[in-house]
Amino acid sequence: MKSFKNHLSLITALITILFTIQVFIVVERSINAYEENLKNDYSIIVVVNKNLEKKDFLKIDSTIESAEELDPSHVIDSFKDEMKEQNLKLLKLTLPKFYRVRLDHYPTPAEIEKVSKKLLRHPMITRVEDFARNHDVIYKLLLLFKEVSTLFAIAIFAVTTLLILKELRIWQFQHNERMNIMALFGAPLWMRSAVLFRLAIVDAVLASLLVNGIFFLVVQYGWLQTQLKAIGIAVNIYVLPKDPVILSVIAFVLSILLAMLVIAGSKEDS
Amino acid sequence: MDKVIVARDLTLAYNKDETIINKARFSIDSGEFIFITGPSGSGKSTLLKSLYGALGPQHGSLIVGGVEMKDIAAKKLNFLRRHIGIVFQDYKLIKEWTIEKNVMLPLIITGYSKDVSETQVDKLLTHVKLKHQAGKYPQELSGGEQQRVAMARALSHNPILILADEPTGNLDDYSSQVIWNLLEGANTQLKTTVLVVTHHIPEHMSVDYKHFNIEHGSIYEVF
Ligand SMILES: Nc1ncnc2c1ncn2[C@@H]1O[C@H](COP(=O)(O)OP(=O)(O)O)[C@@H](O)[C@H]1O
Ligand SMILES: [Mg+2]
Repeated sequence: MKSFKNHLSLITALITILFTIQVFIVVERSINAYEENLKNDYSIIVVVNKNLEKKDFLKIDSTIESAEELDPSHVIDSFKDEMKEQNLKLLKLTLPKFYRVRLDHYPTPAEIEKVSKKLLRHPMITRVEDFARNHDVIYKLLLLFKEVSTLFAIAIFAVTTLLILKELRIWQFQHNERMNIMALFGAPLWMRSAVLFRLAIVDAVLASLLVNGIFFLVVQYGWLQTQLKAIGIAVNIYVLPKDPVILSVIAFVLSILLAMLVIAGSKEDS
Repeated sequence: MDKVIVARDLTLAYNKDETIINKARFSIDSGEFIFITGPSGSGKSTLLKSLYGALGPQHGSLIVGGVEMKDIAAKKLNFLRRHIGIVFQDYKLIKEWTIEKNVMLPLIITGYSKDVSETQVDKLLTHVKLKHQAGKYPQELSGGEQQRVAMARALSHNPILILADEPTGNLDDYSSQVIWNLLEGANTQLKTTVLVVTHHIPEHMSVDYKHFNIEHGSIYEVF
């Protein structure tokens, strides 16, 4: 009964950590998915007299990620019937270049304005056309949720670390005596530690099975995905086989680390 | 004759200022039966600790089973301990293990097969008259019974050296009798070297024994 209780406290700590990590992963994924949706909701078009290289754009502002030249041929094509071949060619040569500028993140309207002004200051650039929709409420909520869940995760990590450290002391106390007696009869370190590692591995297996089971059920049940879809987010809450692997590895690393700390801290009393 | 233990100017201390054993010189031959006496706090347990490597010599040299104990490497010490059987004053049984498994500990460590181990444990539990308690846990047994289990454990791997620290300290007559008989038997039949710390040497002991007394940091033989 006592040993079951000790199992329980490590398993609870592990489950809390794994659960927090997976929630954090899902929030991160939702935000990324939503940002992907919003990416096409802004544009900056730049008109230039001469050729500007991509790297020239990058020099203008550090948030600029790329600049792609827009092909003006469909504009020229619309004059096809009215103009001579030669004039069309001439037009093509004299026509200014158009670029679409992309930033490295999803910008606010204020940021777009700032970048546009910077672009205009460049001598080669004659015009900048920008368009941006205001960040919507959902996006703002998501960002808020991310901040809250980060704080939450930090708090949970602090608490579970304390829990695990307390557990460590109990383990140390419990196993030290047996490990010492075994040492007196010449048992090598690996043999003395075997029980601890077995405990740690069993707890890691149980904790990761439970958490993975819960998320598997959440996915099967589908309620959460429906909710997210309602705000236009198609996100995988539980990606197979990546997520269970990540969670199991974390559970194993944590509990083996705990066992190793206990072993490192076990003193041979004389 | 082979020397099992050789001490030259052996000095033992827990801290720099206070030596417990001071420059002791003695040697013990293979197959000897040694009694160690001395007032409480004189350093009897401390001497035994040095013999199983729980306390290294501060000065001088101590050789046990051909191995120098000063700054002994962990691996070497583990190996040496597999040839020593220790009986502690406070039994030191593993609480979460059955009596049977406790006796089996040295055999598990040495790597004997399950069959051989079980036969050996069976034999020893019969010797200490505890076969019927094999499946119980230490805390379910009386002090005398626990010490008999510890005795069986110390003998299970046929060690070359047995170290016993007041094994009959405060035991009932029956348990004391069983323990003395086993120590005597191991010494006479298996030629095991035996060192026993005790307050009184039983009169009926028929073994040929040596007697060391420890007092004021020195060890001397009593004739
Ligand atoms: N682990 C220890 N640390 C410091 N001093 C100790 C330790 N164990 C014993 N001593 C001291 O060493 C002396 C000898 O102790 P011990 O060998 O246990 O005596 P005894 O002859 O009664 O077995 C005593 O003064 C005791 O207080
Ligand atoms: Mg003592």
